[in-house]
Amino acid sequence: MRNAEITGWGKCMPPNVLSNHDLEQLVDTSDEWITSRTGIKERRISHVEASELGAVAAKRALAAAGKTAEDVDLILVATCSGDSIIPATASLVQKHLEAWNAAAMDINAACSGFVYGLVTGTSMISSGGYETVLIVGTEKLHYIMDFTDRNTCVLFGDGAGAVVLEATEDDAGLLASDLGIDGSVGHILEVPVDGSHGDRTHPDPQMCGISMEGQEVFKRAVTKMGESSTISLEKAGIALEEVDLLIPHQANVRIIDATARRLGLDEGKVFVNIHSYGNTSAATIPVALTEALEQGRIQPGSLIVFAAFGGGLTWGSAVYRWGKRIEPIAESDAQLPPTDLTTMDLLQPNFDFFGLPEKMA
Amino acid sequence: MDRNEIAERLTGVLVSELGLEQDKIKDEAHFEEDLDVDSLGVVELLMALEDEFDVKIPDEEAESIVTVGQAIDLVQGKLGG
Repeated sequence: MRNAEITGWGKCMPPNVLSNHDLEQLVDTSDEWITSRTGIKERRISHVEASELGAVAAKRALAAAGKTAEDVDLILVATCSGDSIIPATASLVQKHLEAWNAAAMDINAACSGFVYGLVTGTSMISSGGYETVLIVGTEKLHYIMDFTDRNTCVLFGDGAGAVVLEATEDDAGLLASDLGIDGSVGHILEVPVDGSHGDRTHPDPQMCGISMEGQEVFKRAVTKMGESSTISLEKAGIALEEVDLLIPHQANVRIIDATARRLGLDEGKVFVNIHSYGNTSAATIPVALTEALEQGRIQPGSLIVFAAFGGGLTWGSAVYRWGKRIEPIAESDAQLPPTDLTTMDLLQPNFDFFGLPEKMA
Repeated sequence: MDRNEIAERLTGVLVSELGLEQDKIKDEAHFEEDLDVDSLGVVELLMALEDEFDVKIPDEEAESIVTVGQAIDLVQGKLGG
C-alpha cells in the first residue's frame, strides 16, 4: 500500500543563546526555579526570520534525503510566528529554496503544527497526488515574547526543523494518527491582538505577546497528549510495550514526564532536548527527531510516537514506523548568514515595544 | 469510603506519582514547604486524585489546597463522605 516515509531530516538553530543566567539579569527569576519548573537551561534567539531558519533546515533535510529543491512538489510550513501573513511563510521558504515546482502553504496549529503537517503531508502522498513533500516547523517566537511577563518569557525560543516525506511501498511511515482541537478554551494560550479583531488604532503592547494560563495549559497538555497517544496506538494496533521512542513536543519537561508516567512509558524511551532550546513550538518535534537520529536513538524499523499539544488548543499524535535508512545520504553546507549582534541586541526591540524587563526598568 | 481509606490511597498516589517518601506524608504536611512539591506538582497530584477516586476537582477549589489534610478533606467532600 502506498504510504509516505521520512527520508530526510534537518534542523537549524540560530547561534545566539539566551541562558537562564541571562534571564536572571532581566527578570525576578532564578536558574533553579526555571530548571525545576520547566527543564529549560537555555534557548536560542534568531537574527533572521522564520522563513530563513526554515529554509536552512529544509536544505539540510533535502541533502539527507538525497533530493534537490526541484524534486519537491509540496511545501508545508508549520509556524505561528512567520515572517508575514501574506505571503505565507511557505511562499518565502519556496523562494529561499528555489523550489519552483512546489505548491506551498502554511499550517497554523501552533505547537501541534508539525504533527498536523505530518498527517497532512502523508495524506497528500497516500492519495496519489504528490511524491515528495517538505514539512518544515519553524518559529521566531522571540518576536512575541514579552519580557515584562516573567512567567512566559522564560519558556520560548527560536529554531527550525524539517523533514522530507516521500512515497513508499515499504512497511514504513504513518501507521495511525489522531488530531484534535478545543476551540472553546483557545484563550488560555494566546497572542490576543495580532489579527482583524485587534484594535490597531490603540495597540496595547501587552496584548501582542504570548499570554498563557500555565496551570490550565499544563493539565490539558498532560491529559490530551496521553489520551491522543493512546488513541493513535489503538488505531495502529500497537501495544505500548512495542514503542521504541516517544518524541513529544518540548514545552515543559514536567509535561513530558507526567505524560510518560500516565502512559506508563519507561523514561528511557522518551526523547528530551528542551534544556537546550526551550519551547520552539512547531519546530520542537522535527528538531528532536533530527537529534534522535544523530544520537542513534532510532534504528531501522523503530516504532516512534509523536505527540504534541499547543495553542488553539490543539493536540495531535502519530504512530510512525521508521524505514530502513538512519544515515543521511549527504550533508548540506547551507548556513545562516553570520551576525555580530548579541542576544541583548536582538531583544532590544522587544524591550522597546513591550516595555523594559523588571530588572532593567 | 472513610477518611482513613482515602488517606491511605492518597498516600499511595503521592508515593507512586510524585515519588515522595511515605513516612513524610502526614495530615499537616505542607506540600511546598515540607514535601518540596511545587504548584505544578500539586496540579499533577490533583489530576492523579481525579483518576484515582473518579471525581472532578474544579480549579477554584484546587487553588486552596496547600496541605495533605486539605487534599484528603477535598476528596472526602467530593465523595459525599
